[in-house]
Amino acid sequence: MEAYSEALRGGILMGVASWILLAGAGRVSAVSTITSGVLTSRRQSSLWRWAFLIGLAGGGALFAWLLNAPHVPLRSSLMLVPAGFLVGFGTVLGSGCTSGHGVCGLGRRSQRSLLAVLIFLVTGVFTVLVVSLMPPAEWWASLVMEGLQWLFRR
Amino acid sequence: MSASITSGSTSSHATRPVRSGAELVISFLAGFIFSAGLVMSGLTQPEKVIGFLDIQQMFAGAFPGRWDASLGVVIGGAVVVTLVGFALTPYASARPWFGRSFSLPRHERIDARLVLGAVIFGLGWGLSGYCPGPALASLLTGQIDTVIFVMAMLPGMWLARKL
Repeated sequence: MEAYSEALRGGILMGVASWILLAGAGRVSAVSTITSGVLTSRRQSSLWRWAFLIGLAGGGALFAWLLNAPHVPLRSSLMLVPAGFLVGFGTVLGSGCTSGHGVCGLGRRSQRSLLAVLIFLVTGVFTVLVVSLMPPAEWWASLVMEGLQWLFRR
Repeated sequence: MSASITSGSTSSHATRPVRSGAELVISFLAGFIFSAGLVMSGLTQPEKVIGFLDIQQMFAGAFPGRWDASLGVVIGGAVVVTLVGFALTPYASARPWFGRSFSLPRHERIDARLVLGAVIFGLGWGLSGYCPGPALASLLTGQIDTVIFVMAMLPGMWLARKL
């Protein structure tokens, strides 16, 4: 239970931040939408997005240092590249991520966001399940090697 | 905490100058506080996310086993605040404190893009334990894996915008 108190306080802070952005600047704090907006919008209209992202990245580094946040790399780079691409593609296609649909969308009582949240939660659960049941990378590597050997022997 | 009420005007024609400097400051502040929440809640650690999504952990010993409900608690806490905040903010009739107007997404219908996008996002999220927020929050911490993730994420975003 105690571990969850940090989680709860962190979540409340995130909610407060979203509230500040809404009431203060009239924007929704959907990180994926803000980021993709930076990529595709004109410079002038994106200044607020840069400000938000700089606050996010700068603050993230500062608080990680202040709070001594551990960071254990969980996945190999080989998996992070396709995963990153999928996250980027999926969040823009689906117009949101955990902050956009999850925090803000649900806060706005959006049915669309509720559906999106349910879908990506279920998909995430399913993905973790499948990955845990799959053979390790070495098994796949040896399979590829055998396939290549067979190919070149012909 | 409510946005200032103008004289009932909802047009985009500003009746007072847009204080864009203040808008930038508030945007920065929001990102800053958001990052504090992310780091404090532990969501910048992929194992927290994977731990939540890994339902097999629920069966490791007596229920709920070793399942980490943190992500649920975080989102729950955040949504309680936004439910109240968004309900109290009169975005249909007023103006934000510093911006020109409220720019909320129009309520678009539920379509294939939404569903497909959510599935694809869920896939990448389940594979890595990262979503855009935590990844960007950790971008400057010197961890190479978040840099790799973000560098792969940006082209994905760009491509989806083009489609």
